[in-house]
Amino acid sequence: MKALRILKRSIRDSFKSVFRNFSLSMASIVCTTITLILVAISLFLTYNVRQVTTNLESELTIVVYFKGDVTEKQEEEIQNDMKTNPKIESAKLKTKEEWKAEMKKSSEEFALIDDLGVNPLLDSLIVKVQDVKDLNEVAEKLKKYEYVESARYGEGMVENIISIFDVLSYGAIGIVGALVLVTAFLIGNTIKLTIFSRKTEIEIMRLVGASNTAIKIPFVFEGFILGILGSIIPVVLSIYGYVFLYDQTGGYISTKIITLATPFPLVFWVSAFLVIIGSVVGMFGSWRAVRKYLKI
Amino acid sequence: MRLIKVEYAYKIYKNGTTAVADLSVSIDKGEFVFVIGSTGSGKSTFIKMLYREEKPTKGKVIVGGIDVAKLRNSKVYKLRRKLGVVFQDFKLLPKLTVYENVAFALETLGLPNSEIRPKVLRAIEAVGLKEKTRNLPSQLSGGEQQRVSIARALVNDPKLLICDEPTGNLDPETSKEIVALLDKINKELGTTIIMATHDKELVNRMKKRVLVIEDGVLARDDQKGSYKVHESVKNS
Ligand SMILES: Nc1ncnc2c1ncn2[C@@H]1O[C@H](COP(=O)(O)OP(=O)(O)OP(=O)(O)O)[C@@H](O)[C@H]1O
Ligand SMILES: [Mg+2]
Repeated sequence: MKALRILKRSIRDSFKSVFRNFSLSMASIVCTTITLILVAISLFLTYNVRQVTTNLESELTIVVYFKGDVTEKQEEEIQNDMKTNPKIESAKLKTKEEWKAEMKKSSEEFALIDDLGVNPLLDSLIVKVQDVKDLNEVAEKLKKYEYVESARYGEGMVENIISIFDVLSYGAIGIVGALVLVTAFLIGNTIKLTIFSRKTEIEIMRLVGASNTAIKIPFVFEGFILGILGSIIPVVLSIYGYVFLYDQTGGYISTKIITLATPFPLVFWVSAFLVIIGSVVGMFGSWRAVRKYLKI
Repeated sequence: MRLIKVEYAYKIYKNGTTAVADLSVSIDKGEFVFVIGSTGSGKSTFIKMLYREEKPTKGKVIVGGIDVAKLRNSKVYKLRRKLGVVFQDFKLLPKLTVYENVAFALETLGLPNSEIRPKVLRAIEAVGLKEKTRNLPSQLSGGEQQRVSIARALVNDPKLLICDEPTGNLDPETSKEIVALLDKINKELGTTIIMATHDKELVNRMKKRVLVIEDGVLARDDQKGSYKVHESVKNS
């Protein structure tokens, strides 16, 4: 009960203090807001990059086209070679008839294909490798078979995209880390001024026998409030901004591989994360200031 | 019963100043004690050791059964709850009313409002400010402000009231009233009072126990003392 009353009064005092030092509080809040917006952007970026990377990785596919005069037996021979190779995840045959059916299904224009009389397409083998690094080696091996016309894959593009995305997300994490530190410092500064403006109050609290914890709580709470207030705009922006972006693009940035993750529940996770970061940074900043300037 | 026991206490500040040296004194419950001495003699330092604003460098300081020298920073509040402190500059919060200033002490301790109210009103009444509970400090005279700070020091029913030059900022007439108030508190509530002062007349008139500190050393301890050291020595 007693602790609860102290907490209640601390909360009241913290709110009062936020408004008493309004311009300073605003500076902290704005800084928190900017930081958290950037945190949100990098969170969305990282998450989507991760997803695209997995998309890409599941597309580590080599398409092998056989020469027109290949026999079914020869096709199966190559397929079996691939299946026994430990670097290969799967190897499926896809005949020219299957290709034709698929093409006709995907677009009406391809219905014309029937007018040709003969099927101009080639039989193929779809090979998926375990690891992106083996793409090249496997493809080269396949090209050496007598009945193989061609063996194609992204040829470097896939690997490049993945490594660019990696760099991007590391960069984002670095920038966000720096910003979080700046924010903690700024909030700490705000709290420092609060502490100075309430010097007499603190002195009296000590004199009449308030415990150190009771003296510290209002300041730590003030940092918490600043953090929470700073996370409001980023949360709103995250939810509406991401949903808007998703609706506008229909989820596709370009091609079927680079897609946006579905907004729900992602935006809620991001929001929760922002609020937690905001409040923890706020409390951390003020806790440091309290330790440094309260000397208790 | 003994409330304060100081044995061979020293206070040497970080810059090397020895403010209190080899000081031993005992004070019983219910006593009224003046601490006098010229400026810089170490009165405030002695008093600060009693409420653990300063830690004795050497020796023993025991207040209400608490060994002040061994008290950890985080436990100082336990000592502070047993005593009240009054200063020359009142230390009131300017934006709070008389009532709020006194209540502040109890609020920080987490007392429920239902307990705070009667205690605060009783303390304000005891210092004779019943009519001014809603005034801000700026709407009070110096003497009245000091009464508020006394009420705040008393509100938690301490056994000990420590006053460091409580009349230092007040005119002689008002000083008299404040000391009369402290005397009344001492007699009626049985609160032990220790008061540092420069006011000769006041000390001479009250005929209380007097501790004289000179250069940090306890020079004299008279039961019914007066200010003038040399005259009293000559007369006896
Ligand atoms: N925090 C401190 N650091 C260093 N020296 C100090 C400190 N506080 C007091 N002193 C020194 O200790 C000595 C005693 O000071 P103190 O304040 O106890 O004297 P006092 O008797 O209360 O004087 P006054 O009558 O002027 O209030 C003085 O020489 C003073 O300069
Ligand atoms: Mg002094």
